[in-house]
Amino acid sequence: MSWLRMERRAQLVPQARMAGPVPWVIAIMVALTTIAAAGGLALGNLAQAARAELSGGLTVQIVEADPAERERQAELAVSLLANVAGVEKAQRVADSELRALVEPWLGEDMGAAGDMVPVPALIDVRLSGPVTQAKLRNIRSLLKAQAPAAQVDAQSSWLAPVFSAISSLKWLAAGLVILLGATSAAAVWLAARSALGTNRATIEIVHLLGGSDGQIARIFQRSVGIDALLGGVAGALLGAGAVLLLGQQFAALGSGMVAGGGLGWADWLAIAGIPFAGVLIAMFTARLTVLAALRKML
Amino acid sequence: MTMPEGDIVQFDNVGLRYGAGKEVLSDISFTLYPGSFYFLTGASGAGKTSLLKLLYLAQRPSRGAIRMFGTDVITLPRARLPAFRRRLGVVFQDFRLVQHLSAFDNVALPLRVSGVRESEITRPVAEMLEWVGLADRADARPATLSGGEQQRVAIARAVIARPDMLVADEPTGNVDPELALKLLRLFEALNRLGTTVVVATHDLHLLKNVPESLIMRLDKGRLSDPTGALRYPPRRPFSRIEEEEAL
Ligand SMILES: Nc1ncnc2c1ncn2[C@@H]1O[C@H](COP(=O)(O)OP(=O)(O)OP(=O)(O)O)[C@@H](O)[C@H]1O
Ligand SMILES: [Mg+2]
Repeated sequence: MSWLRMERRAQLVPQARMAGPVPWVIAIMVALTTIAAAGGLALGNLAQAARAELSGGLTVQIVEADPAERERQAELAVSLLANVAGVEKAQRVADSELRALVEPWLGEDMGAAGDMVPVPALIDVRLSGPVTQAKLRNIRSLLKAQAPAAQVDAQSSWLAPVFSAISSLKWLAAGLVILLGATSAAAVWLAARSALGTNRATIEIVHLLGGSDGQIARIFQRSVGIDALLGGVAGALLGAGAVLLLGQQFAALGSGMVAGGGLGWADWLAIAGIPFAGVLIAMFTARLTVLAALRKML
Repeated sequence: MTMPEGDIVQFDNVGLRYGAGKEVLSDISFTLYPGSFYFLTGASGAGKTSLLKLLYLAQRPSRGAIRMFGTDVITLPRARLPAFRRRLGVVFQDFRLVQHLSAFDNVALPLRVSGVRESEITRPVAEMLEWVGLADRADARPATLSGGEQQRVAIARAVIARPDMLVADEPTGNVDPELALKLLRLFEALNRLGTTVVVATHDLHLLKNVPESLIMRLDKGRLSDPTGALRYPPRRPFSRIEEEEAL
């Protein structure tokens, strides 16, 4: 207690707040780590949301130029599918929704064009379990006879490359977070060592006056910890700002899929932990460095 | 101060070499008794500072045994050494003041290291600075003090915590003879309160000013005993400077 007071009254280690390299190194590292972690978490959420939505899904397209025939086969397919075991739901995608989907490519005025450019009828099928190759084959052969224009695709199958890309990115982000953490630790270690070098005389004097290793390490730990906290908070604000900005831009895309990639409160909580992890790493390395140096003195 | 063996320091056949060099101290054996006043003399380079470093636990001997306050300090675990160092007051030959601390905070350092309450620090430190004539320089940094002023800060720091043993390396090397005597009186006052005092000096003038003192003399790393200081009970107190001058 009195040691803490001592530090307040008489700074044993001259503290040049935000002047040394430690706070800035920590600020940059925390900002980068925050962005990488937020990216990783968002990608994870995105993958999970999309997978949950699509894993039990099939799409049946009726590719038929003649509108009447297309309509007939579509109706037939829906009623056939409804009776297949394991199918939870088979529903026509409403024409209006379909138009909205193709509008960007075909232009707004679909009145005449809608008849001229044949748009396939879409049936959204939801299975109770995941889509397997066997189920897929089963449904294809069922439809083949009665609705020859039907094309059956698992929704996840055409998204598979996207999933694997997202998952790679997620791991890349995790790797980045680990690398940045290690780099921060190394940078803080070097900074703590240089601080130790410039304060070596002081350490030796306090040591000779009967200061214990714990006392001396505590002074450095606190000094580095305060620096790290300042840098960490600055870095976290910077990183969070960048993440929010990116999030807004993605939200502006309005795509349902990207919306699934938002950050929940648990994610933000994890991100808020990053600067504190930085402070802990800084204090821990400072402590180890000082103790190692002291152990060389009698 | 209760010493089971009645001694405060015991060296037994101690030798010291720095690195792979030759021994700078050889076959050092002596006993220091509580409450005594010792001078350690010898030519420059004779090993006075080296011997004191062993005394204030800044250096391990290359061989031999050292007991302090009744405990073998050679085999003592590192973690227990700070408690021993806090019982010592040291005036380093090169002062070793903390450069970014004021004179006041430098003098207060041993008290703060020992966890003395802040309310019990201000007055004694101020009084001590007054005593060494630096009351008006309490806020000065060491770099802005003269050599003699720095030396007085170092002395004030060494005695502020009323150590069981005071170890002073050339404590009057940078001050005028008058001030030297005044500082010597401070050591004597402390000595009368029970502190064992060891002063390394080659200022023979000092010796005759402490009639009860005992003389240890280093010659090329070996100890001689002109006043019988190393025997117990001491043969007789050193009282006549002629004897020392004859050496
Ligand atoms: N750190 C060291 N490394 C190597 N040799 C040293 C070291 N310190 C002292 N010496 C050597 O040990 C011998 C004794 O030195 P020491 O400083 O103990 O002498 P001293 O009696 O205190 O001299 P002075 O009166 O000049 O202060 C000298 O030969 C010196 O060169
Ligand atoms: Mg010396």
